[in-house]
Amino acid sequence: MNSRNPILQITNVGKEYYGNRVLKDISFDLYPGEILGLVGENGAGKSTLMNILFGMPVIADTGGYEGTISINGTAVRFRTPFDALDAGIGMVHQEFSLIPGFTTTENILLNSESQKKNILDEVFGPRMDILDRPDMRRRALEAIGKLGIQLDPEMCVSEMPVGHKQFTEIAREIIRKNMKILVLDEPTAVLTESEASILLDGLKKLAGEGIGIIFISHRLQEVLDLTDKVVVLRDGLIAHEAPTAGLTIREIARRMVGRGFDSKEAEVRPSRATDETVLEVENLWVDMPGETVRDVSFSVRRGEIFGIGGLAGQGKLGIPNGIMGLMSAGGSVHFRDRNGVRRTAILNDPRSALEQGMAFVSEDRRGVGLLLDEPVDWNIVFTSMQIQGRFLKPIFGGLIKWRDEGAIRKTAWEYIHSLEIKCTSERQPVIELSGGNQQKICLAKAFTMKPEIMFVSEPTRGIDIGAKRLVLDTLRQYNQDYGTTIIMVSSELEELRSICDRIAVIDEGCVAGILPPGTEASEFGLLMTGVTARKTTQQQGAEQ
Amino acid sequence: MNRLKQFITDFGWPRIIIALFLISLFFAAPFVDVRIDTSFSDLFNRFGMNAVLVLAMVPMVQSGCGLNFGLPLGVIAGLLGSTLSIEMGMTGTAGFAMAIAIACLFAMVLGYGYGKLLNRVKGDEMMIATYVGFSSVAFMSILWLLLPFKSPTMVWGFAGKGLRTTISLEGFWSHILNDFLAFRIGENFVFPTGMILFFAVICLLVWSFMHTKTGTALTAVGSNPEFARASGIDVNRMRTISVVFSTMLGAVGILVYQQSFGFIQLYNAPFYMAFPAVAAILLGGASVNKASMVNVIVGTLLFQGILTMTPSVINSVLKTDMSEVIRIIVSNGMILYALTRRTKVSK
Repeated sequence: MNSRNPILQITNVGKEYYGNRVLKDISFDLYPGEILGLVGENGAGKSTLMNILFGMPVIADTGGYEGTISINGTAVRFRTPFDALDAGIGMVHQEFSLIPGFTTTENILLNSESQKKNILDEVFGPRMDILDRPDMRRRALEAIGKLGIQLDPEMCVSEMPVGHKQFTEIAREIIRKNMKILVLDEPTAVLTESEASILLDGLKKLAGEGIGIIFISHRLQEVLDLTDKVVVLRDGLIAHEAPTAGLTIREIARRMVGRGFDSKEAEVRPSRATDETVLEVENLWVDMPGETVRDVSFSVRRGEIFGIGGLAGQGKLGIPNGIMGLMSAGGSVHFRDRNGVRRTAILNDPRSALEQGMAFVSEDRRGVGLLLDEPVDWNIVFTSMQIQGRFLKPIFGGLIKWRDEGAIRKTAWEYIHSLEIKCTSERQPVIELSGGNQQKICLAKAFTMKPEIMFVSEPTRGIDIGAKRLVLDTLRQYNQDYGTTIIMVSSELEELRSICDRIAVIDEGCVAGILPPGTEASEFGLLMTGVTARKTTQQQGAEQ
Repeated sequence: MNRLKQFITDFGWPRIIIALFLISLFFAAPFVDVRIDTSFSDLFNRFGMNAVLVLAMVPMVQSGCGLNFGLPLGVIAGLLGSTLSIEMGMTGTAGFAMAIAIACLFAMVLGYGYGKLLNRVKGDEMMIATYVGFSSVAFMSILWLLLPFKSPTMVWGFAGKGLRTTISLEGFWSHILNDFLAFRIGENFVFPTGMILFFAVICLLVWSFMHTKTGTALTAVGSNPEFARASGIDVNRMRTISVVFSTMLGAVGILVYQQSFGFIQLYNAPFYMAFPAVAAILLGGASVNKASMVNVIVGTLLFQGILTMTPSVINSVLKTDMSEVIRIIVSNGMILYALTRRTKVSK
């Protein structure tokens, strides 16, 4: 295969977002008829790479990229997706971009319809042409046939099952005559197993006709079955590139999630975990859009740092949001208060969750975590003021609860010093601070509550590496100093492994397994990608 | 120099231009035979009349309910207060106090319903509020005719029932605030001390409320409702409180307006009450979810200042009487301008 010239060459491509490096030195080739599997954790840089390849405006708007991309040996630099389309790149996105009220045929041939001339277009030009419906139908069926699938050309998209929508989307890409490279971003995520296997067969047929395919998926078995070559991205670098033959799922999973143990993680520290169970979650379900939790049970010991990991969209974020009452939830949650009395937590009521001594640092920092237009001190004390009645001075025998500006300023400065929050004063609006400092304010807000149990969701998302370290150290320090139970949700496994006592991996809304942080990375990778999910849950059940 | 630049950015060019225009009008006035002392007297008078109505915007803006386009609802509560007080035969300070008490009672009830309604239409508050105002005015137009008022000072003389469109407050509480501690400088300048003091007290009340636990929660709801919810705040309750408070301020506001104007205006009069108040607070630098007392004072002074000065000066320049036309052009022009920049916050 390598005797031919590569259809797509990516050479030393790199990308920075606002000084935050997300891709570095990416180089690989794609040959005609080859299927390349691109895998990596969330945030490994897959989407950015595809955005660069497809000429998405977001790349140019944020300062372009480094390195070169060549198609058929000529270097290209796309300004818009239209350039990429003209150059013969087709892309199927995770979200459907179809017109619901149009039929299959109309969607497939959108903007490339067959046309018949009539008298009006002599006067007004080709805009007045009439659609040649029989020919459109023929061409649509041809494209559908190429994929080897069954699709009704007259069916309305809004009435289709998701699988058919996905097929329609792919058919729309392959209808174009000059299409040479097809990029599929998680095409099988919404498909059933049988649909997925039909799709994979179709893709093989397409590759047989000389089209180069880049296949992005979290389902490693499919990657193994389908592709000729696998490229593993991790932290913006190519972690591994090898022909598929000879690779195992375990090998790919290990390459995806980490480099095994290094000295940093091996650092010994005493765990504050006690034998007392502080939180018991049984059969929790949470209806959080995009992060549905189906059936989760686990228990956490007092003083423990409990990690929750898993890929995006599998439901790990739903767990804290559900327990804290921000998203509608069901199931049962019990906790033990300071005096060891077992209580039932009331779900769907943020106030009672807070009153019972739980605090939450939200993953949606700007949306939920902060009052962006308000000053630093307000953000830090607000929740405590409203829930615990601190920072208030009673006037007229408690009839009026007046804000105690002095106490507020004092507490704000305590945290500004201890967490090294960089701000001009405690009255500076939070919107003017950097992501890392905003995150510290979110932590300070939770610390001010003096919680028994603290939920921390994606504490390092969108902040630079130095600040990440600081945030993690702060959490660990707080746990060490006060013995506060911390439940940390993160997409970054390395982060969880560096501070947690135990880590639960969530897959498809259920606990796939709970592992100690010292477990080999490949084990985590297997749990995340759902390979051992069923087996382990059964084991868990048996243990309990 | 830097401080000047900072001041200009904070204050905003448009407002500086408007302020300069207003000042230039004062300078131009003597040359076209417009008396400057009369103008200042007018300005303070109009400021006092309208300031509380503008203040009625603040609680709702702070809680994120948007600008109080439903101000006519508060005005109606105020009208009910004053008409009922007259009907009871109360006069003077007692009559005015009774009017405020009754008005606040009605404002509470109406505001509660209005607040509940706005909680159901989050995101579209201002459009809905406008029509709440309009439709309540229309509804009350029927009621003013049908309600069994008896007081001969208020009902139509020939029919003996149904309220008149304009009711004089002479002999009741006309100028009761204006004349309190009022002082005169020269022949034409009268400072309405009582009315300005009354406004200051109400201002202090609102300011204090914003410094309580509830006021803080209310501001947080306006700033980020999701944050407030995650902090255990009942967002809908806070919004309702702010709407009730705004409506009550609107009711008190119209009573202050009436005592200075000397008449109660019924039927269609409350129709366009909201727009000048909205324009004034926007001109003062408030945004859709942030407003302060400074915004209210600066905005009312600028808006009423331009409204007082432009027609009289231009009228004198052109030597024809078209003050009403100019007033409409200027006031609606400023409303238009203010609404276009409603998302920008200034200090």
